[in-house]
Amino acid sequence: MHPAPSLIFFTALSGLGFGLLAWLGLGYPGVTSWTAFAFFALGYGLAGAGLLASTFHLGHPERALKAFTQWRSSWLSREAVLSVAALVVLAPYALWLWLFETRLAALGVAGAVLAAATVFSTSMIYAQLRTVPRWHHWTTPALFLLYAAAGGALLAAQIVAAALLFVALAGVQILHWQTGDRRFRQSGSTPETATGLGRIGRVRLLEPPHTGTNYLLREMVHQVGRRHAQRLRMIALVAGGLAPALLLIALPAGHAGAALAVLVHLVGLFAARWLFFAEAEHVVGLYYGRR
Amino acid sequence: MTDLPDATAKKLGLVIDLDTCVGCHACVISCKEWNTANYGAPLADVDAYGAAPVGSFLNRIHSFEATPEGRGPDAPAAVVHFPKSCLHCEDAPCVTVCPTGASYKRVEDGIVLVNESDCIGCGLCAWACPYGAREMDGVEKVMKKCTLCVDRIYNEHIPEEDRVPACVRTCPAGARHFGDLGDPESQVSRLVAERGGFDLMPEQGTKPVNKYLPPRPKADLAPPPEAGEIDVLGPLLAPVAEEPRGFLGWLDRALEKL
Repeated sequence: MHPAPSLIFFTALSGLGFGLLAWLGLGYPGVTSWTAFAFFALGYGLAGAGLLASTFHLGHPERALKAFTQWRSSWLSREAVLSVAALVVLAPYALWLWLFETRLAALGVAGAVLAAATVFSTSMIYAQLRTVPRWHHWTTPALFLLYAAAGGALLAAQIVAAALLFVALAGVQILHWQTGDRRFRQSGSTPETATGLGRIGRVRLLEPPHTGTNYLLREMVHQVGRRHAQRLRMIALVAGGLAPALLLIALPAGHAGAALAVLVHLVGLFAARWLFFAEAEHVVGLYYGRR
Repeated sequence: MTDLPDATAKKLGLVIDLDTCVGCHACVISCKEWNTANYGAPLADVDAYGAAPVGSFLNRIHSFEATPEGRGPDAPAAVVHFPKSCLHCEDAPCVTVCPTGASYKRVEDGIVLVNESDCIGCGLCAWACPYGAREMDGVEKVMKKCTLCVDRIYNEHIPEEDRVPACVRTCPAGARHFGDLGDPESQVSRLVAERGGFDLMPEQGTKPVNKYLPPRPKADLAPPPEAGEIDVLGPLLAPVAEEPRGFLGWLDRALEKL
């Protein structure tokens, strides 16, 4: 799939933002007054920036409100509804912490659940697609939730939790790649099933339907060099999970060490998200002699 | 809501005969013409006269070759021209993913359509379709797909023989058939039953309405491999080396250098 910057920013930033907001909703760290304001500003800023980035992917962003209507069937619509619900429910919670130094615990927990549900529905937009076998698996929601939980814990200064979650994240990330590399073959879709000509024999594209490119090829048939992908996987794994975990354990607690860990994690997160899209093969490629 | 209907009164769709399709692309052109001039946003071409033209089409013709197994890579292949458009699936994944309700499947005839004024152009429906049946229009930024010429088939302002999809009306080979695949007695259903019509990518679970009729098997032209037979003349009749060797090779190379 085409790794569109709008989608990489949307999933990465909103994941981090909602991850942080979930931790804050649960009362970790138990901040009040202006410290609370700063934490919530960061959470709302990241979530908002991510959601804003997603509108750049739309052909008609002025109609985006219509996307709130189909929550019964569409994960994308659910994601829209849940994200706004999380932001709305956490707003009075944040306000009370900031202005009255009072924690409305029930509201916070409800907001945290909604934030987690938002990240889950974001992941299900991709995991639901049977046409992209690499995504159509439980490791996709697990990965998105772990990125949000670990990144959020890091931003929320939950050092031990963050370190543990980063290690878990690295494990699930490896699992997602390892099983993902085999999943297209396991899906059973081949040029033979795509054309139904397997009854005759081996099927090969003889002549493509058009001389130029088209929307389908630009959007869904993206090929990454193998060595390029391996290098990026290494960066994603080390910078996204292992290095921040080590930094948190090795460095003394403080703003400088945490900031460094956040920066390193962001590099890994963006590399991983680029790969998430770029490495995903759509079955429509079978009609074009490609995967 | 973009829930799928439990059942549709009719299952209008196409039956495409891969045995008779000659790959002329006439259906592609007539589809583009009709759907540019009539219902919905026109099918735009971007950079039409430039170096890298890109256009939206609702119907495309691929050509495949199928080589029988066990006869080696050089065995004669069957060449099959393969028209591909929306299959108006019963379990259309493109409909349920739509966040705005712009994508829907009609209860009365099963046609899958896009309400273009509700489409936000997110492209998720095109991702959900295994067949590549949906293309985003490069100018209008809304999703375009086959409408089964919904503005022809019920249109009482055009002669009755024209009330079929443009691709069916134009096909010079008679390779495209239109009808109700929900009615077992319809002409298209009988064709599917008699000729062994099949679904594309059944493993995707989309339950396509459109069916494809298989090309008839070709007479086997490849000589069967004969084992254990002693061939006396064979070595003598084997073709000589294509590249000159020895003295002739030297002469060839020497002349080449002049």
